[in-house]
Amino acid sequence: MENITCACGHSNPYGTKLCEKCGRPLTEEEKQNKVVDMRYDGTAIRSKTYNKSIIDKIWNFFSSVKVGISLIIITLVTASLGTLLPQEMYVNAPDAVKPAYYEKVYGWFGKFYNNLGLSDLYSSWWFQIIVGMLGVSIIIASLDRGIPLYKSLKNQRVKRHESFMKRQRIVAEGQVTASPDEVLDKVEKKMKEMKYNVRRDGSALLAERGRFSRFGPYINHVGLILFLAGVMLRLVPGFYVDESIVVREGETRAITGMDGYFIENRDFILETHNNTPQGEQLKQGVNVVAKNFQTDITLYKQPEGAIAGDTSNLEKVKDYSIRVNHPLKEKGFALYQMGYRLDELKQMNFALKNKETGQSLGEVGIDLTNPEKEYDLGNGISIKLLVYTPDFSGFDNGAPQTASSAPNNPAFLFKMITPQTPEGETSFVEIQNTIEPLGYNQYEMKFAGIETRDSTTITIRKDRTIPILFVGGIIFMIGVAIGSYWNHRRLWLQVEPDGRVVMAAHVNKNMFSMKKDLDAVTEYAGLPQYTDQLDTIAEDEENASNGNKEEKGDNTL
Amino acid sequence: MSLIDLSGNLLYVAFVAYLVATLLFGGAIKQSNATGKNTEKWGKLAITVTLIGFFSQLGYFITRWIHTGHAPVSNMFEFTTAFGMFIVASFILIYFIYRMTALGLVALPVALLIIAYAAMFPNEVSPLVPSLQSHWLTIHVITAALGQSILAISAVAGLIYLLKVVDVTKKSKQRFWLEAVMYCLVVVIGFVVISSTFSAMDYESKYTYVDKEGATRQIVYNMPPIFGMNEFEAVEEHGMSPLVEMPGIINAKKLTTVAWSLLVGTILYWAIRLIARRRISAIFQPLVKKVNLQLLDEIGYRSVLIGFPVFTLGALIFAMIWAQIAWSRFWGWDPKEVWALITWLFYAAFLHLRLSKGWEGERSAWLALIGFGIILFNLIAVNLILAGLHSYA
Repeated sequence: MENITCACGHSNPYGTKLCEKCGRPLTEEEKQNKVVDMRYDGTAIRSKTYNKSIIDKIWNFFSSVKVGISLIIITLVTASLGTLLPQEMYVNAPDAVKPAYYEKVYGWFGKFYNNLGLSDLYSSWWFQIIVGMLGVSIIIASLDRGIPLYKSLKNQRVKRHESFMKRQRIVAEGQVTASPDEVLDKVEKKMKEMKYNVRRDGSALLAERGRFSRFGPYINHVGLILFLAGVMLRLVPGFYVDESIVVREGETRAITGMDGYFIENRDFILETHNNTPQGEQLKQGVNVVAKNFQTDITLYKQPEGAIAGDTSNLEKVKDYSIRVNHPLKEKGFALYQMGYRLDELKQMNFALKNKETGQSLGEVGIDLTNPEKEYDLGNGISIKLLVYTPDFSGFDNGAPQTASSAPNNPAFLFKMITPQTPEGETSFVEIQNTIEPLGYNQYEMKFAGIETRDSTTITIRKDRTIPILFVGGIIFMIGVAIGSYWNHRRLWLQVEPDGRVVMAAHVNKNMFSMKKDLDAVTEYAGLPQYTDQLDTIAEDEENASNGNKEEKGDNTL
Repeated sequence: MSLIDLSGNLLYVAFVAYLVATLLFGGAIKQSNATGKNTEKWGKLAITVTLIGFFSQLGYFITRWIHTGHAPVSNMFEFTTAFGMFIVASFILIYFIYRMTALGLVALPVALLIIAYAAMFPNEVSPLVPSLQSHWLTIHVITAALGQSILAISAVAGLIYLLKVVDVTKKSKQRFWLEAVMYCLVVVIGFVVISSTFSAMDYESKYTYVDKEGATRQIVYNMPPIFGMNEFEAVEEHGMSPLVEMPGIINAKKLTTVAWSLLVGTILYWAIRLIARRRISAIFQPLVKKVNLQLLDEIGYRSVLIGFPVFTLGALIFAMIWAQIAWSRFWGWDPKEVWALITWLFYAAFLHLRLSKGWEGERSAWLALIGFGIILFNLIAVNLILAGLHSYA
C-alpha cells in the first residue's frame, strides 16, 4: 500500500483521512464535507484500510462498531427472554422432574420454553458464545481505533492548514487591529487561565484541555475485558468452590470443599419481628416477618499431617455467629447462612413393654442419624434393629423403602429378645402404626417420645476470581468516569502578520461548556465572533425542509 | 404530631409544590411568547417552588429514615417515592447547568405521576427481613435510583425534542408513537384515579382459588373483579362477579387492576381529546415551540453521560458486592438483575450509536424514551409480574 503525500509534503500512511501534519483533507469524501469527521482525528484505521486476507476480514468484522452494537442488542434481547419464566435454578423441584414441572405449571408454552433451552439460558453454550463474541469485539475494536488515536493525539502539530480549520464545527474568521503577537499572548493567557495547555508555533496557537478523556472508553474496555476474563477463570479448578452442607445442632462435620476443616453447629437461632402485621404483610397472609437467621458455630482444623477424616485431635480455630449478610471468612473461604430446618427429628425413644401386663423392661433411645445395630438392656434382654428406613415410603416386595436419607418419617423393623422369647419377636414400627409380620407378639416397642433439633444449611464459597473482578470493575468505573465527566477541548488559532485571524475549535462532547470558554476568550482577546457550522447546516436544512438528516455526528470516541 | 405523621405531611407539601411549580413553568413559557421580560421572573419563581418541594420531600425522606431506622427504600412505596424525589433532584441539577424552563414542564409532571403511583402502594413501615439488614441497602438502592433518575432526564429532554420536531398535523409513525407515549402517561393517571376511588370506598371482595402449584389459597381484590383467579370461588363478593376466569399462571387480581387502569385511562384520554379537539401531543406542542433543539439534544446526551456511570456503580457494581455478601454469589440471573443488565446494555448501545453512527437528535430522543421505558419496566413489571428475589411488594 502506498503512502499518501499531502500538499504540505508530509507522507501519511495509506488510509489516512486528514493529513497527520497539517490536517488537510486527503480523501474526496472529506474534501466535500462541510464539517470533517473528527472521530479518530482522521488517522488510518486498520479495519477501514485493509480487506484482503481472511484475518483482515475477521478483524474488520469484529472491529466494526455496527457489529459491536448488534452484539449488544442481541445479548440484551436474549437475556430478556430468560426472564419470561423462572430459570431452572429458581424452580423448586428435583432436577429430573424440572421439564415436567414446566409443562405442568406453564402448559405448552412451558414445555416449548424448556425444550428450547430457555429455562437454563444463561449457562447455555450459545448465550456464552454471544457474550464471548462481544468480548472479542470489544478487544479488537479498541485496538483498531485506540492505538492510531493515541499516536495521532500524541503527535499533534500546532499549525494546521486552513482547509482543516474551516471544516471544524466551530469556525471564526476576521481581522484584528491589535498586533498579532499581542492577540496570541492574550489568547494564551486566557486559555491558560482556563486550565488549557497552550503551545505556539510562530503565528499559530493550539490550546488543548482534557486530552486524557479521549482514552476513557479504551480504559473502560480494558476493565470489561478483565472482568470477563475473571468470570472465565472460574472454570479453572481451584479458583472456585461452591458447596453446601447441612449441619445439625450438636453435630461436628467436615466442611465439603474446605479440606481439613470441621464445623460444629452449637445452636441455630431464628428470631422474628414482633410487629403487628398490617398493610401488605396482612394482605399476603404473612403472620411473622423473620428478623434473624443465625448459626452459632465453632470452626475446627485438623492438626498438620492428620489423616483425612480423623477428628480426634481437632484444633479450635474460632467461634463465630454466621448470620445472613455476615458470612464467616477464613483463608479465602466464606461460609454463609443459607437455610434451616426447625425441629428435625433427632432421636426416638421406645419402651419395651409386655402387652398384657404393661410392664416395662427398659427404654431405648435411637439416634435417627446414627442408629446402632443392637441395644442391650441387660438380663438377657436386647433389641436388634434389623431394618431402619429414615423416610419410610411403603413396602416393595415386602421390604420397607425409604424416600430419602432425612429422618422425616422413620420406621423400624425390630427383633425383641427377652428371657421369655429367646428366639425373638419381630415387629415393624412406624409413626402411629405397628405391624406384627410374623404373627402375635407378647412384647411391643411402645413409643416413648422424641427429641428434636434444628439443622442449618451452610454454603461454602471460595472465589479467587473476586480480586480480578474487583480490579476490572474499578478500571471500568475509572474509564467510564473519565470518558463521561471530562471532555477533550481544542482551539486552533492562526493570526497572520496582516491581522487576518482564523480560529477553529473542536470538542468531543459537551459543546455547551466549550462555547462558554470560547465566549470568554473571544471577548478577552477581541477575536472575531465564531459560528457553529452545525447550526447553519440545521438552518439550511430547515429552510430547504428536506427530512434527510443522516448527518454524521461530530462526537468522537 | 409524631415523626411519621410529620413525614407524611412533608411528602404531601412536596407533592403540592411540584404541582404548583409545573403550572409556574408553564406560565414561564407562555410569558416568553409575549415579551420575554417576565419569563425570568416566572422561571425564578417556578424553580424556587420546585426547590421548596424538593427540600420538603427530603424532609419526608430523612424523618422517615429516623423513624424506621433504615433508609426508606425497602418497599414499593418507599422506593418509588424516592425515585420521584431523585428525578426532581436530577432535574434541578440539569436546570442549573442549562437553565431550560421547558424541562420543568415535563420533568415535574413525570415525577408527580411517579409519586402518585407510589402512593397507591401500602405506606406502612414494614420491618426488614434479614437479607435486607445491611448498609448496602442504603448504598446500592440509593445510588441505583439516582442513576436511573439522571437517565430519566434524557427521556424528558427527548420527549420535548420530539414534541417540537414531530409534525402532528400529518399522519406518520412518529406521530402515532409520540401520542402513544402521551396515552401511557394518561393511563398512569387512570390507575391513580381508579385505585384511589376504590380505596376510598373500602372496596373488598374475597375469593379462594387454586394456584399454579395446585394449592388452595385466598385472595382479596381491592377493585371489582373483571378477571377471576384459577378455579375461583367467592367467599365474600361485592358488586360484581369475575367475568373471565384465568389459568393458574396469571394473577387475575393484577390483571384486573391493569384492565381498570386501561379502561379509565382510555376514557380520560378520549375525554381530553374530545374537549381539546386535538391530540395531546398537539396540546403541548405550542409550549415547546421556542426550545433550542441543539441544546435539548445536548441535555439528553449529557444526562445519559452523567447518569450512566452512576447507574453502573449503583445497579451493577454495588449490587454485585451486596449479593456476594448476602447470597454468596455476586450474580444470580434474578429477573431484576437481568433487567438492570439490560438497561445497562441498552444505554451502552445508545452511547455507541451516538458516537459512531451519528444517531443524534430525533433518533437519540426516541432511544432515550425507550431507555426510560426499560427502567420503568424494571421498576413496575419485574417487581409485580416476574417473581424473584427483589419482589418485596
